[in-house]
Amino acid sequence: MNDKPIEKITTKIWRETPEIDNPFAAADCYCCGYDVYGDLLKNASYIDYLYLLFRQVPPTPEQSALLEGLAIALTNPGPRDHSVRAAMSAGVGGSTHASALIAALTVGAGNLGGAREVFHALAYWQQCQNRLADWQQLITDPPQLEREDVWPPMEHAPGFDPNGVSCPTPVRKTLEHLVAVGKTTSLTWLHQHRLELEGFAGCPLAFSGVAAAALYDLAFLPEEAEMMFLLLRLPGAAIHSLEQEKLGWRKYPFFADGFKLNP
Amino acid sequence: MPVHSKLETFEDNWRTSMGGWSPEGKVVLRGRDVFQELKSNSWMEYLLFAATGKESPKIARLMEGMWVICTSFPDPRIWNNRVSALAGTARSTGALAAAASVAVTEATIYGLKPIKGATDFLYRADKRLNNGEALEQIVQSELKQFRSVYGYGRPLVSGDERVEPMMEFARSIDCGEGRFIKLAFAVAEYLSKSRLKYQINIAAVCAGLLADEGLTPMDFYHMATLAFTAGAMPCFIDALNQQEGCFFPLRTSRLNYTGGDQVKHWRV
Repeated sequence: MNDKPIEKITTKIWRETPEIDNPFAAADCYCCGYDVYGDLLKNASYIDYLYLLFRQVPPTPEQSALLEGLAIALTNPGPRDHSVRAAMSAGVGGSTHASALIAALTVGAGNLGGAREVFHALAYWQQCQNRLADWQQLITDPPQLEREDVWPPMEHAPGFDPNGVSCPTPVRKTLEHLVAVGKTTSLTWLHQHRLELEGFAGCPLAFSGVAAAALYDLAFLPEEAEMMFLLLRLPGAAIHSLEQEKLGWRKYPFFADGFKLNP
Repeated sequence: MPVHSKLETFEDNWRTSMGGWSPEGKVVLRGRDVFQELKSNSWMEYLLFAATGKESPKIARLMEGMWVICTSFPDPRIWNNRVSALAGTARSTGALAAAASVAVTEATIYGLKPIKGATDFLYRADKRLNNGEALEQIVQSELKQFRSVYGYGRPLVSGDERVEPMMEFARSIDCGEGRFIKLAFAVAEYLSKSRLKYQINIAAVCAGLLADEGLTPMDFYHMATLAFTAGAMPCFIDALNQQEGCFFPLRTSRLNYTGGDQVKHWRV
């Protein structure tokens, strides 16, 4: 007889009981103590369940409204966004639908407007909180990589758009809405001090900066915020990819005249 | 109208020396005509040129040996390969499996982070040695700052069975005697006597061999990105060819729930 202990998956998030006739099928599933199919399915909103998964406690009504607002603001970055363009590039070529989302995740993961930027921006919030002088110091003298990483180093202040001119209307409207519904400290402070921070950064606030502040106020860690940002932006990528798949490559920019090979 | 955005100058204007295709049927890579000048290259030579700009059958051969000996174990328990096996058992596609396995290979305890990190460490250590610091001091400061040295230590087992065959192959093509590979083993010698007892793993060996050929951390990282696919693909195929869903199935009792037994009720 084999006395070696059976290897198991350790989790504080998920518990299952088996079906009577099949130990490989769950009869009851509990997420953080809540019966998923007996309780949450009927009583929780999707956004509340999403919050529960990440935070392991239910949200307050304000927290729920904050995450809901952020989710709506991020769910479709629009067809000009790099990550959505990646998904559409899969679509026009007739690639698998999963590859469209992989493409969107890959491109939307980066330091420029992507999830890694949110990761860094949230770390800035952890370090600086509501201290304007600390923000100025960190933005003007950012941390340097001490050894090589697979990620390229940041080329701009995280949370700000190096190619922006002024803070775009959707970013400002989202920030205002999230301040109104969430009533949280960091978002409110960001709203009050946006212009000064933009002055330090030399460029305007971006969605990544608003998302980082919102998720910091929801007590997300940088890696949790990175994941949430990746998740929340996928619906737009999915549907724009499907739209371009139907329209086909002939109706999608190829930049035939824009490509210039140096002699 | 005044230019408001710095992006305006880039609209429909991507300038590059890297290469491209023309409708007239010419393909250029780094200034070379692919059909005229590169058509006889091996694929690895082509990849080396594409990724690094280097033209070296010797480096390409060394790299190819690394791909075979070091990065292509067809074992579906290894985490990047397991993703491909799961894709197979769940009846996904081979390309999706390979893409996911490659992405997952950018890991901390194995794969691309140690590959890039070990090369970076050897370059930094070499520079500090040249500035007069002692090897012990360099390794100790690395450990103090990062709590690890990329290229040394390994999950599951302490030794690395790839080191000897890789060095044997390297010597067969006149590699393995440069200062970086010697440095890699000197660090191993020091660490093996330290409290940590870390042994050299294959990342430091390959990093040393390639640094001696002039490859930078980024060069090695770019070249190694696809190196793991020959291990992942057989795992996908094997799982695809077996009964669907049968790759290491888990019964509900295989979840070790640590969150407490209290059943809570959602507010309505």
